[in-house]
Amino acid sequence: MGYSLDFGWLAGAAGVIARGAAMTLLLIAVTTLAGTFLSILGAAGKRNGPKPLQVAIGVYVEVMRNTPFLVQLFFIFFGLPSLGVRLDPILAAMLAMTLNMAAYTIEIVGAGLDAVPRGQTEAALALGLRPRQVFVKIVLPQALKVIYPALTSQIVIMMLESAVVSQIAVRELTYEADMLQARTFRAFETYFVVTMVYLGLSMGLRRLLVSGGRRVLGAGVS
Amino acid sequence: MIEFTFWDIVRNLLLAARWTVLLSLAAFIGGALVGLIVLFFRIAKNKWVKRIASGYIALFQGTPLLMQLFLMFFGLPMLGLRIEPWTAAVLGLTFFASAYLAEIWRSGVDALPRGQWDAGASLGLHYLQELRLIILPQAFAITRAPTVGFLVQLIKSTALTSIIGFEELVRTSNAINNATFEPFKVYGLVALIFFVMCFPLTQYARRLERRAAH
Repeated sequence: MGYSLDFGWLAGAAGVIARGAAMTLLLIAVTTLAGTFLSILGAAGKRNGPKPLQVAIGVYVEVMRNTPFLVQLFFIFFGLPSLGVRLDPILAAMLAMTLNMAAYTIEIVGAGLDAVPRGQTEAALALGLRPRQVFVKIVLPQALKVIYPALTSQIVIMMLESAVVSQIAVRELTYEADMLQARTFRAFETYFVVTMVYLGLSMGLRRLLVSGGRRVLGAGVS
Repeated sequence: MIEFTFWDIVRNLLLAARWTVLLSLAAFIGGALVGLIVLFFRIAKNKWVKRIASGYIALFQGTPLLMQLFLMFFGLPMLGLRIEPWTAAVLGLTFFASAYLAEIWRSGVDALPRGQWDAGASLGLHYLQELRLIILPQAFAITRAPTVGFLVQLIKSTALTSIIGFEELVRTSNAINNATFEPFKVYGLVALIFFVMCFPLTQYARRLERRAAH
């Protein structure tokens, strides 16, 4: 076999790879914040909202969980313009990722809310806190603490899944890899290096979330 | 220009969905076989063998499936294998599935009380007999819900093989969309077909989970 590996192009490509990785991290940062916020609303709505809202959230969760992310992305990016909503690729990617992640984290946050003993709410109400204060200050922090490990895994999974948004030309890590290999004709080496970058990102992200969670929530994540 | 009626679109999508089903099955069966080997390594007594299996699992769980597919597609020809999208898709998804299934089943093995091993040994069974007759049947039984849950994930993951050129549901829908310019309808139908495939399995997994909780 006459093939030998060549990584000579790597020195000139480091900047492009770093830029792609930065975009990937930006996407997942926005998705994490928006997705968690949305799923707190969703989980609360599914428990205490009016009946039609509960049904709507249930349907939303099932639809998102039982269809591929790639199809959701295409639906949002290519399908919504025919309804008059035109999104630029980055916004479409953030929207698709947020909506996808929320479907999973609504269940996770919900499980956390259920795990907080009812007595906590009763005690807080007895102390004269308003229902919203009870939720935000008493129930939610305890729930987040319980579900933090599951949330962490979901964030890492979403980061890996974000490779797909290269398909609508968001200039993130995978997109830059596609461009690089078209230029260097070193497809295997390029994807190999970028795969290792992803591995580093996922390990680093997990570690960051674990230590951040310990500091902010006091959550025990192993 | 070719005119597509609504039924033309549906018929073509359903024909393409056969490939999605076939790929899912092939990857699940292949993944189960390779996953079994990884599981043996993962629960072995030797520290280094164990570590290799952990590394394998961490590698596949810590990198995007799309990258794994690209590496299959571009890497295997370097070994002198003529490779087509179908081969790269099946192999890529098989390895991907093997890592996840091995980890799921490992959790089942770990959940069994130590006494199960001891009882097997005291009956005079050797290691492989213990695994085959006592440990694995129980480990599979208690991890049936997450295994079915992973099958759903695998079916959804086949969508990514469209990117390396495998002619399944999503790739066909892209072609149809390029001809009809009706993305809302086409991708809506694709989502519906995936939903019809996945939802019963999700419900089944949920029922298994509920039964296990009692």
